[in-house]
Amino acid sequence: MKENIRIRIMSLSLIVGFFVMWEVLCILLGVSDLILPRPSEIAVTLWTRFPVLWPHILQTLYATLTGFSLGVIIGVSIGVMIGTSRVAYGVAYPLLVGFSSIPKVAVVPILVLWFGSGTTPAILTAMIICVFPIVVNIATGLATTEPDLEDVLKTLGASKREVLWNVGLPRTMPYFFASLKVAITLSFVGAVLSETVASNRGIGNVMMTASSNFQVSLVFAGLFILALMGVALYAFFSFLEARVTGWATRGKDFAVT
Amino acid sequence: MASAAVSQPVHPRPAIELHDASVVFGTGEKAVTALTPTTLRMDRGDFLALVGPSGCGKSTILRLASNLIKPSSGQILLGGRDAAAKEMRIGMAFQNPTMLPWLTIEKNVMLPLKIVEPFKRSFQRDKKGAYRDRVHALLAQVGLKDFANHFPWQLSGGMLQRANLCRALIHDPDLLLLDEPFGALDQFTREELWQTLQELYLDRQPTVLLVTHDLREAGYLARRICVMSARPGRIISDRAVTMPQPRDIGLIYTPEFVEMTQGLRELIAQVRN
Repeated sequence: MKENIRIRIMSLSLIVGFFVMWEVLCILLGVSDLILPRPSEIAVTLWTRFPVLWPHILQTLYATLTGFSLGVIIGVSIGVMIGTSRVAYGVAYPLLVGFSSIPKVAVVPILVLWFGSGTTPAILTAMIICVFPIVVNIATGLATTEPDLEDVLKTLGASKREVLWNVGLPRTMPYFFASLKVAITLSFVGAVLSETVASNRGIGNVMMTASSNFQVSLVFAGLFILALMGVALYAFFSFLEARVTGWATRGKDFAVT
Repeated sequence: MASAAVSQPVHPRPAIELHDASVVFGTGEKAVTALTPTTLRMDRGDFLALVGPSGCGKSTILRLASNLIKPSSGQILLGGRDAAAKEMRIGMAFQNPTMLPWLTIEKNVMLPLKIVEPFKRSFQRDKKGAYRDRVHALLAQVGLKDFANHFPWQLSGGMLQRANLCRALIHDPDLLLLDEPFGALDQFTREELWQTLQELYLDRQPTVLLVTHDLREAGYLARRICVMSARPGRIISDRAVTMPQPRDIGLIYTPEFVEMTQGLRELIAQVRN
């Protein structure tokens, strides 16, 4: 427990130390704020420009979460389909690997071609980029379910759907949530990527515009916001994971029941 | 054998009938015979122990009876009908307790009520009331009263097997299938659980088919013992255990009992090679 707190404190001081170093080095070496603005300058920009930035934050969040939700629905459906059938697994897997190995950046121009610039390609990029890890994890979780656990239900005369619902899916939850943590981060990357290429809204677009206007501290402010959002989304799904699948890790607080 | 039959004329058909049932896994040269054509009848309410060297097909018979596998040839009837007809309500426990790790003991034990008719029908209504009481009563009977809300990994191996027995019995099965349920336990825990099982059996009178390596376990619990030969297995001896039930655990140290298990031991030693 004490060890834990010490590590937290050290980790916090590392973060603070990083920014202090940055600030001090910029002053000592006289770095131009057109190259690398100081953290204090970025903070000021963040504060003063926040009302302007806020709708863009919401836009990026909206594109990320919509794309992510669609990705989860599609990913879970495909994952359940190929995870419950050995034939489907064998047949569909090569195609899925093929799709997943395409760099998703390359898809953005095609999406823009089809749907024009704006929110739609951002949502679709966020969706496409997060589907594969979900599919793989769901399918793996289902395919590796211990036959013993399934036999318990089969001897009771359970239908396939009941076995899936009572054993397969709960057993797969740790895999699912592990993939969600990865997927939400990827979705976020996808949405911002698409915004920088083809949108007039969202943090990605703000950074692009600011960079072409040499508003360097605004570019960094955007980067800060992205970092914070990324961490927040990841933390949220980590929290959810710990709550739902604590049985798989036998977490410390979980043991006190 | 006749002494083992329970005097209940209500059910005319035997609980389990194997008619020349065989099981072969794979085809062609790689085919493995798990069970040569075997014929076996088991009356309702009987307690039959199936013993024999490992790999002899004991578990295969159990898996046939539970409808987990189908016979390659021959026929298997439960209560006079095809196993798939679900004429008999089945409860099963394996050597591995196979508790679902994400559910509490209470919810694990309650699982059959969620799946098996007629309990399934009113599961949503009764799961917090009548079914919960039912689970708690059974858990109390095997000494797990205070562990209903624990998770499986918080329990010892012996406790998990008790819970496993509860899960196999919660839906009042006509047929209880046990696959070496106490194989992984230490001797003291095992003897404790024999007594628990005997109590539950006499209490509820299901038909029990027990597969075991342990001859004392077979002798203490069963009313009838079938010995199987080594692979490919077939039944080479079929005898009744006439000692009255309930049996005291001290029985297993009496000369009469030791003589019986010794006889079985020699029989199995002969057929192993």
